[in-house]
Amino acid sequence: MNKNEKLNILEILKDLDKYEPRRRGWTWREPVKDLNLAGNIYSDASKPLKNSTPLPAAKYFENIDPQPIQVITSEIASGRFEDDIRRMRMAAWHGADHLMVIRTAGQSHFDGLIEGTPQGVGGVPITRKQVRAQRKALDIIEDEVGRPINYHSYVSGVAGPDIAVMFAEEGVNGAHQDPQYNVLYRNINMVRSFVDAAESKKIMAWADILQIDGAHNANATAMVAWKVMPELMVQHAINSLFSEKVGIKKENIALSTVPPTAVPAPDLKINLPYAKALRDFFSDYKMRAQMNTKYMESSTREATVTHVLNMMISKLTSADIQSTITPDEGRNVPWHMYNVEACDTAKQALIGMDGLLEMVQLKEDGYLPEKVRELKERAILFFEELLEVGGYFQAVEDGFFIDSGIYPERNYDGISRKINGGIGANTVYERDDDYFAPVTAHYGYNNIKQYGLKSGDSPSTLIDGSTFEVRSKIQYIDELDEEDNVNVRLKETKKYINSKIIKPEVEWAGDGFLVIDVTLPTSVRYAEAAALVIAKRMNLIDPEVIHREILQDAEATRIQVKGKLDIEINLDELTLAKEPDLLSDSEIKDYINNHPITIIAGTVGEDEHSVGLREIIDIKHGGIEKYGINCIYLGTSVPITKLVDAAIETNADAILMSTIISHDDVHYKNMKKTHEYAIEKGVRDKLIIIAGGTQVIPETAEKNGVDAGFSRGTKGHHVASFIVKKKVEMNGN
Amino acid sequence: MNSKRFREDDYLERRKHLANLNEQELKETFWALAEKAVSPLVDLAYKNTSPAIERSVLLRMGFSSLEAKDLVEKTINHGLISKGAGHVVYRLSKLENLSIRDAGLKLIKNYGWDIVKSSFGVKEHE
Repeated sequence: MNKNEKLNILEILKDLDKYEPRRRGWTWREPVKDLNLAGNIYSDASKPLKNSTPLPAAKYFENIDPQPIQVITSEIASGRFEDDIRRMRMAAWHGADHLMVIRTAGQSHFDGLIEGTPQGVGGVPITRKQVRAQRKALDIIEDEVGRPINYHSYVSGVAGPDIAVMFAEEGVNGAHQDPQYNVLYRNINMVRSFVDAAESKKIMAWADILQIDGAHNANATAMVAWKVMPELMVQHAINSLFSEKVGIKKENIALSTVPPTAVPAPDLKINLPYAKALRDFFSDYKMRAQMNTKYMESSTREATVTHVLNMMISKLTSADIQSTITPDEGRNVPWHMYNVEACDTAKQALIGMDGLLEMVQLKEDGYLPEKVRELKERAILFFEELLEVGGYFQAVEDGFFIDSGIYPERNYDGISRKINGGIGANTVYERDDDYFAPVTAHYGYNNIKQYGLKSGDSPSTLIDGSTFEVRSKIQYIDELDEEDNVNVRLKETKKYINSKIIKPEVEWAGDGFLVIDVTLPTSVRYAEAAALVIAKRMNLIDPEVIHREILQDAEATRIQVKGKLDIEINLDELTLAKEPDLLSDSEIKDYINNHPITIIAGTVGEDEHSVGLREIIDIKHGGIEKYGINCIYLGTSVPITKLVDAAIETNADAILMSTIISHDDVHYKNMKKTHEYAIEKGVRDKLIIIAGGTQVIPETAEKNGVDAGFSRGTKGHHVASFIVKKKVEMNGN
Repeated sequence: MNSKRFREDDYLERRKHLANLNEQELKETFWALAEKAVSPLVDLAYKNTSPAIERSVLLRMGFSSLEAKDLVEKTINHGLISKGAGHVVYRLSKLENLSIRDAGLKLIKNYGWDIVKSSFGVKEHE
């Protein structure tokens, strides 16, 4: 895959009925001990990528792009999986290797698999076809960046086992699975949820799928988020232990941890003891560090700072997977650029705190361990009462969970569900003595002896292998809905696919969305109204205020407005600015180290200007001296003959002539004279002649015989880069 | 919502029996309680099945999601879910010497339920 080529969605959608995933299971990053990149030594970094987009400041560091040791998650689910594929490529280039697809609203309550490619709301309908298309695209993307990418979605709702089977068959690498999520947030019957969960988990265990629990939702739901800390530990324990008991190996069980509070609360004072308590108790399991979403507002800056603080906790304790929440999640379904920003924030923060625990350590006395101890004890007390009232189900019915008191304090405002209530109530059936299922990875009682098998034999041998052994047995369904599918959508956006026609875009091809950021010298309500008028006058369709920030109540307000712009651009009709083709600083230095270069410089003619040329030369202005070029400066009003003669005398490689005065084209005439005098002296073929000045047009300068002309805005870097390139061209090395 | 409105934070009172435990003992206590809470749930799952579990069995036997849904609904209606929906298909394939898929497709067309039922000793109930 060429980085300048777009992913071909039509190609990806072709032959999906024949697609086979290339592997099963989860992949961690490869740690590299004392990774050395351009002289920087990293303590907690992983193997660098083959292709990636480094952070902006990397240009000062030879464009290195160190990758943290943590797997980095990006959640991408705009409702149209075909557009999400392109965003997945963007995220992967910015360091994501765990791509999570949120399900469409309502999928939890869909009793069976959804098929085809309907459009989603707030997420994507997870179907076999959609999973295959995205996994196939990720195969291409992971080859391009040079690191395996984990693909992830949800095994929950009333069709958990169905989805688990499909995920196992299609090579999905990670999944959320936590029956408590069904019970508390989706009002699915608790008995059904736990019975189903065992089967789902057993299937996930077979497919080596990494499991993430759903406890972080308690934090996002709770009225007083930090008070659910003891309960969160109980929720984590129930899912982790249940998973282990039905067969998932410990290293594939990950807790979805979340720092429960955010500034203006004293973030670390509350979040750090909780993180520490959790890691003490759950030392056998993996940690997926989620970020706080409870207090996200429309300020992307505020969200970013919260998330950086969250990552400090990841570094001070541990995180195997670092989640990223897009900073725009508080105002819309995430947009392309915010997924990328969130990945960059994670990479920047985690690499920035590389080696932190080699330098600081958590205190073993005082506030921190006291708080840690208290949280652990509160969690134990929660468990004790849970058992006293009759166990988990009764405790849920009694509203123990998501209570806004810090346990054992209780406000009796928790989420209560009836043991025999909710969606899917009374749909659990006791297995008879002769109950049987002839498949692999089936949990629970299975009377295989009645068909001549011994304990330990695989039940699927009786049917010559299930789909887990014989892939060709999978029944692939392409589309069920003639109106609501990817082919219909692609026809509508066809104009923008693999074409030269572009429109602004934040999530879907041709969506036309853009944001204006306007500061108005008035109060918030007037500013909002004014911003909408401005947006309409700018021809934005359906403008909507998405962010407001008071700079001072009376003085000024910052407003961000989103709207659609119905303007199409044809790339073929654009005139592109000429791009300077520059060598990097290190390339220039390397060349000059091996091939010393001397230049003669001066302002020619009757001209006393010296500032411009000095800036090109002087090391203190970032001039060409900094690369080790030997500069002989002859001053101002230097005769042309003297410049060339000095070059011959010192065996210089180049002449830098400054020509500021342009009356009667004297600057170009001087260039021509220099060129001709050098020919006369027989040195023109080995001497580079460069002319610069405020009125110099490069093309005209070249027509007058010099090798290059430089105008306003020229830096030493441009000149040095040209000299080195020209020398390479002349000498062939 | 419960009629009780509020319970004071009596943590200091409740924690007394934990006060003398060291960190390791505390951790062991936590996991011993977790074990007690989780064991009945594991046991429950071991002994029971559900429509989703049976659909997942049929998917693995080579049926599409639509076929699996239909077969499970019919299995429930015929009172055979406690035998396993996959079992029903397997049983018919053995009795009639059919491939697994053919057996399933026949059941979807309402053929063979009586044969399977009588082989399980289940009486027709209308």
